Amino acid sequence: MTELARSGSESVTELARSGSESVTELARSRSESVTEPTVLSEEGVASEVVGGHRETAPTGRAILAGRGGRTTRLLVTGIGVVAPSGIGVEEHWRSLLRGELSVRPIEGFDASVYGVTIAGQVRGFVPEEHVDARLLVQTDRWTWMSLAAATLAAEDAGYIPPEEAYATSVFLAAGSGGNEFSQHEIQGLWAKGPKAVGAYQSIAWFYAASTGQISIRDGWKGPSGVVVSESAGGLDSIGWARRVARRGTPAVLVGGTEAGICPYALLCQVTSGRLSTASRPEDGYKPFDRRANGHTIGEGGAILLVEEADAARARGAQKVWGEVVGYGATHDAHHHEDPAPDATQYARAIRLSLADAGIGPDDVDLVIADGAGVPELDRLEAEAVTSVFGERGVPVTAPSSWTGRLMAGGSALNVATALLAIRDGVVPGVGNLDDPVEEYGLDLVRETREQDVGVVVVLARGFGGFNSALVLRRYPEEAA
Amino acid sequence: MRSRAVSADGRRVVVTGIGVVAPGSIGREGFWDMITAGRTATRRITFFDPSRFRSQVAAEVDFDPRALGLTAHEVHRNDRFVQFAMVAADEAVADSGLRFGVGGAPDAPEPERVGVTLGSAVGATMRLENEYVNVSDAGTHWLVDPRYASRFLHQALVPSCGATELAVRFRAQAPATVVSTGCTSGIDAVGYGSQLIEDGDADVVIAGASDAPISPISMACFDTIRATTANNADPEHASKPFDARRDGFVMGEGAAVMVLEELEHARARDAEIYCEVTGYANRCNAFHMTGLRPDGVEMAEALDQALRQGRIDAEEVGYVNAHGSGTKQNDRHETAAVKLSLGEAAYKVPMSSLKSMVGHSLGAIGSIEIAATALAVQRQVVPPTANYEEPDPECDLDYVPKTARESKVDVAVSVGSGFGGFQSAIVLAKPDRRAS
Repeated sequence: MTELARSGSESVTELARSGSESVTELARSRSESVTEPTVLSEEGVASEVVGGHRETAPTGRAILAGRGGRTTRLLVTGIGVVAPSGIGVEEHWRSLLRGELSVRPIEGFDASVYGVTIAGQVRGFVPEEHVDARLLVQTDRWTWMSLAAATLAAEDAGYIPPEEAYATSVFLAAGSGGNEFSQHEIQGLWAKGPKAVGAYQSIAWFYAASTGQISIRDGWKGPSGVVVSESAGGLDSIGWARRVARRGTPAVLVGGTEAGICPYALLCQVTSGRLSTASRPEDGYKPFDRRANGHTIGEGGAILLVEEADAARARGAQKVWGEVVGYGATHDAHHHEDPAPDATQYARAIRLSLADAGIGPDDVDLVIADGAGVPELDRLEAEAVTSVFGERGVPVTAPSSWTGRLMAGGSALNVATALLAIRDGVVPGVGNLDDPVEEYGLDLVRETREQDVGVVVVLARGFGGFNSALVLRRYPEEAA
Repeated sequence: MRSRAVSADGRRVVVTGIGVVAPGSIGREGFWDMITAGRTATRRITFFDPSRFRSQVAAEVDFDPRALGLTAHEVHRNDRFVQFAMVAADEAVADSGLRFGVGGAPDAPEPERVGVTLGSAVGATMRLENEYVNVSDAGTHWLVDPRYASRFLHQALVPSCGATELAVRFRAQAPATVVSTGCTSGIDAVGYGSQLIEDGDADVVIAGASDAPISPISMACFDTIRATTANNADPEHASKPFDARRDGFVMGEGAAVMVLEELEHARARDAEIYCEVTGYANRCNAFHMTGLRPDGVEMAEALDQALRQGRIDAEEVGYVNAHGSGTKQNDRHETAAVKLSLGEAAYKVPMSSLKSMVGHSLGAIGSIEIAATALAVQRQVVPPTANYEEPDPECDLDYVPKTARESKVDVAVSVGSGFGGFQSAIVLAKPDRRAS
């Protein structure tokens, strides 16, 4: 019988107990929804016989059949972080807990002409240490960081690829694609002509490049995808991964990274009108502060491995960071640029996620906010949070303020941070928060503090009106 | 024993509206007339001087967005791919008879139950390139000059703006997203849209895909890997899927949008139903970003799974809408995959490639092909593969050469394959095929 320990915690819990619950639950949900239920053998591996057109059906492919039921227990078993706050999940965590601002003056080019001079850049990232030389030349920095984060996540999970290649999927969020690579190629094209464009432009810049490269490098053939919903993407990739898991694929890599700190991509982001023009990092990205003046961009993100509970148990997973128990997404459908004048849809996303998790607002110990750092957007987020949780009804933090907003990578990184808070019972505070806007009615975490965290709601918004909420819970639930 | 088609609550998905923006024809009926006539829309590139490029042929859309109902502001702030999507969605929505966002209309769908899934492989690539030319003075400066920038570049950088435009247009407040899985985006967007309905997160989804990649950088990047045709002497016949003389795909552009609807929702308002989406699956080949293993195993796996979800046997498939890009390796790979999945039945089923006529519009084409496949199911007519003359021994199926065919199409499949190794399949069936 496998024992599953929460990493970094003294409490070791037998998986057997919780595992048997999840088996029962899964069996129940499947028998409700599927008249010919998948039979779970003692190993927790689906043993359904599938009528196929070929006799050479790979073993275990039956697990992938069908459209699945609504309830699938999804555990986070691995985290890979490549972020301004650090490379590797523990380095990121130490940086946040120390309250280190990883936003600094932009290195690599003179950004002053764009009116934006600070950003959260990933320092100390040596691509050669993470990416094969042959792959390096084919890919953008964004993909290097995705490849590195995917490896770190799989290592963290102790994930040994199953024989069944279709049993693992890569379902990432993308935001802006392979920016720096593409700028070089387009420059070459216009300065010198079509022959200056290299052979890898067609595979380096498009939004599916990182997903494709990971699946190829690691041999994973499951249903894979790429979603784009600007900064909400990291949460949405997990929402979509749940659909993939419900339909029978037991392991999915989720999250994403971003690399938009090169001249053209920076200029593009400046036109959103939402970037801080502050030159001192501590003056820049100040969510919920009276001096909120826009956000700072950053690069990197996180990739996480999520696994269906029985599959994780069957392979003898040694670590569970937490369980994904709820997800909700809405769109403002209000304006191509401006947020809706009220937080109705944002609040609805939060309520949907709680309903999906089968919990109430009182069960939530912590909210990780989107923290846009734009006064109007901060006010709307406060309105959404207080309408669901009440005035000062739940502690709220916004760790993006330490790293900058990493677009699609940022919400994924916040999921990692939420799981770390659950593990250690410690909550990092909001960065750069000197003078909170009291009228928001939020219980903002001012400084790193100890607090038992059993359930976290992570929020994210994407430019144009995307609202997403994800509920994470300690696993097993009762442990403390 | 087969796994069941039904989702958790037995929710089934049907297509109740179709809109198309295709090269050679804007609008669903014109598109259908064109493809069933076997007419090609490929021509020498007119958008820019292609003379320095290896491939000088494309399937361009003659597109006047203002004449098609977009406002000056909508045109100004949006890339062509978003404009295509808006026009195609307008047509699909009008076709569905649903009055989106109209408060009080008896059949107006609840905004909180309407979702958006828009596929695009390369998003606003054309606008990004055009604007880059301005801010870099045609590639002269690495440090681009912000004084020449449009203020809508953030929307160009991040293609989710396309989903936002549709959500705002139709007041769709359920989940919205852009799906960007390269050249299978158009199938995956409709597949994800179906899953939103199956999972109970929406009752109606505006699902489709759009791409507008006929720009110098896109042509150049496919030139260098010789993926596109060099048959510049005869543009009208340059796209030759499954033909022994094929030498690469012809770049295209366009969009198609479907209104997907939960079956009972559609029945309750007596909607006209084109077809049911009975299965969707995708897989990765984990092999190569651009290369395909000749055996087609992963595409066959996706097709198997998609058929299995609807409990459909190989013999029931009346039409295979092929990816049929016209590259040497794709058409061989795909022929092998269809044989692997359908077995002997593969030799009897008509299989054709729209790309022979409308080119390969990257992510958009998957949705354009779904639109054509839905119409084939509704009208029991199979569009042909244009330009098909010389058989290739490795491609030995019935590719419906040149002339459309009346045929019993109770079930049709559309398959796609893309850079990154993505392989997708979707199954459409006559709505009354299965008793409720």
